[in-house]
Amino acid sequence: MQDRKSLFLMTPALAWLTAFMVVPCLLILTLAFFRRGVYGGIEYTFTLENLRLVIDPLYAWIFLKSAWIAGLAALIASVIGYAAAFAIAALPRRNQPLVLFFAILPFWSNYLVRTYAWIVLLNREGLIVGLARGLGYEGELPAMLYTETAVVIGLVYNYLPFVILACYAPLSRLNPEIAEASSDLGASGWTTFRRVILPMSFTGLATGFVFVFVLSIGNFVTPALLGGGQFQMVGNLVYAQFLTANDWPFGAAISMVLIAVMMLFLTLQTFVAERGSGGGLR
Amino acid sequence: MKGKRLSAFALAGAMSGALASGLISSGAALADPLTVSNWDGYMAPDAIAKFNEASGNTAELVLHATNEEIMGKIIASGGKGYDVVFVSSPFAEVLFQMGLTEPLDHAKIPNLANLYPEATELKHDPGNTFSVPYAWGTTGLCYRSDLVEGTPDSWFNLLAPVDALKGKVTMLATDRWLLGAGFLAKGYSVNETDPAKLAEVRDLLIAAKKTLLAYDDTTFYSKLVSGEALLVEAWDGWCNYGIAENADIRYVVPKEGSDLWADTMVILKASENKDAAHAFINFILDAENHRWAAENILYKVPNKPAMEGLAPELLTQFPNMAMTPSELMAHEQLRNVGEAQRDYSRIVSEIMASN
Repeated sequence: MQDRKSLFLMTPALAWLTAFMVVPCLLILTLAFFRRGVYGGIEYTFTLENLRLVIDPLYAWIFLKSAWIAGLAALIASVIGYAAAFAIAALPRRNQPLVLFFAILPFWSNYLVRTYAWIVLLNREGLIVGLARGLGYEGELPAMLYTETAVVIGLVYNYLPFVILACYAPLSRLNPEIAEASSDLGASGWTTFRRVILPMSFTGLATGFVFVFVLSIGNFVTPALLGGGQFQMVGNLVYAQFLTANDWPFGAAISMVLIAVMMLFLTLQTFVAERGSGGGLR
Repeated sequence: MKGKRLSAFALAGAMSGALASGLISSGAALADPLTVSNWDGYMAPDAIAKFNEASGNTAELVLHATNEEIMGKIIASGGKGYDVVFVSSPFAEVLFQMGLTEPLDHAKIPNLANLYPEATELKHDPGNTFSVPYAWGTTGLCYRSDLVEGTPDSWFNLLAPVDALKGKVTMLATDRWLLGAGFLAKGYSVNETDPAKLAEVRDLLIAAKKTLLAYDDTTFYSKLVSGEALLVEAWDGWCNYGIAENADIRYVVPKEGSDLWADTMVILKASENKDAAHAFINFILDAENHRWAAENILYKVPNKPAMEGLAPELLTQFPNMAMTPSELMAHEQLRNVGEAQRDYSRIVSEIMASN
C-alpha cells in the first residue's frame, strides 16, 4: 500500500526525468557512435573514431586541464565555504538565518550578471586598478582578467554558496556538548576540531567539494567570459563541436566521457555520505 | 558578419536556445504562413508587419543566434518549417550543395535590378541562382588612433604587436576569422586547406596568443571604447559601433588584404509558400527597405539605390561605409571548405590548449 502510494507520487518526477533527461542522454550516447556528415549532418554508419579522438593527447590534455581548474576551484571554495559555514553555525541561533540569507543572496541574481561583475572589477580600466591608482600606485599592474586565475575566481565565487549550505547543515546540527566533552577530556581546540568536528561534518564538506567540481568541469560560460576565450575547458569544447564545428558525433562522445567523470564523482560522494550518515564517532 | 544582435549574452541565449530550439522549431512547422528566420535585429523591426500589410500575407519572424544554429535546425528538418532564411554565404553554399535550396525565379524578384552588378557575381553563387546577398563587407583592424602610434597597416601589427600594444589586442574567436588573420598575414587563401600551410598558420597564431588580451567576437568594440584594448581584429560594420561612441576609433583593411564576407537570403526547397517567399525577398530588396540595414546596422548593403540614398554625413562619420563594390570584390570571399572544417576546428583547439 505504502509502495503504491510512493510510486504514484513519484510518477510525475520519473516521467519528467525520463523524457527530458534519460532519453536525451541516450540519444547523445547513440550519436557518439556515428560519423559526421560532410556538411555537418550525421551519417548513420557505425564508428568508434569519435571515442578514439577523445583520448587523443590534444583533447585528453583539455580534459586534464579542466579537471585541474575545477579541482582548484573546488578546493578553494571548500576551504572558504567551510570556514564561513563554521562561523555562521557558531553565531547565536536566531542570527543564523539572516546571515545565511546574505550568503545565499547573490545566488538569486543571474549567473551571467554575476560573472560580468568580475569583468568590471578585474579589467585593466576596472575598479581594482582604479582603486590602486587612486591610492597612488603608478606602475603597470599584472593582467588579472582573461587569465586562468580569473576563471578560478569566477568559479569559486559562483559556487561558494553550495559549499556554505552543504557544510552548514551538519555543522549546525552538531551538539555543542560534544565539543565541550572533548575539551573536558583534555583535547586542545585544534584536536577537537580535527578529531571531532571535522569528521562529523565531513559529509557536508565532501558534498560541497563534489558539487563545485562537477559544476565547474562542465562550465563553459566562465572560461569564455573571464578567460577571454583563450582557454578551452571541456564545456567549451563540447559547445564548439555542437555550435561551430557542427561535429555532433564528436561533441556527443566528449559529453559522454564528461558525464561518466561526473557520475564517478557523484557516486563517490554518495558513498562518502552513506558512510558519514551513520554519524557519531568511530 | 553577424549583426549587432549578437550581444555578449548570446552565449547564454545559445545555451537556452539549444534546449528550446527543438520545441520552437517543431511548433513553427505547424503554421502555414511564411516563416522567415533571421538574426535578431538584422532587419527593420516593422519589416514583417509592412510586408504583411502590402502582401496580405501573415508572415512571421523566427530568430537564430548563429549560422550554425539555423543550419542544425534546417539539416535536422530537411528545411521544413522555414521559407526564407538569412545565412552567411558559406552556409548558403552548403544548403545548396545539400540540395535544400530552391532555384530563384528572377521574374518574381524584379528588385534584383537594384543589386550592384558585382553583387550578382559573388563566387559562391554567380548569377544569384539560389541566394541573394543582404549585406557584405570586410574584416580588418579597428584601433584607437589617439592611443596607437602611427597607422596600423598589416596583420602583423596584430599578430606581432609592438611593446606598447602587447596585451592590448584582441582577435575574433570564430574559427574562420581567427585563422583568416593568419592566412592573410602569410599571403595564403582565406579558404586554405593544405595541411602544411594550416600547420604554419597554427604556429603563427599560437605565438600571437602570447601578446593577446582575449579572443572576442562580441564586445571588442566596447573594449576599444574603454581603452582596455587598443587594436582589435574586427568586421567593418562592428568597428562602426565603436566609431559611433568614440570618433578616434578608425578602421583599416591591412595591406595583405581581407576576406569578403556576405550574408545572404535563400528560399528553401521544402517551402510551401514559394511565391510569398520570392515576394518577401523582393520586398527586402526595395531600396527604401534595404537602406534600413545600412543606416541602422551600419553594414554595407549590395543595393545601389539604397546606398546612393545614404546621407553624406553617415559616410563621413563611418568611412568604411563608402567602400565601393569593386573595392570589396578585390578580396577573396569566404567559401565552404567541406571536410577541412574539421581541421579548422582541431587547429582552434590546439591554439586554445597552448600556453
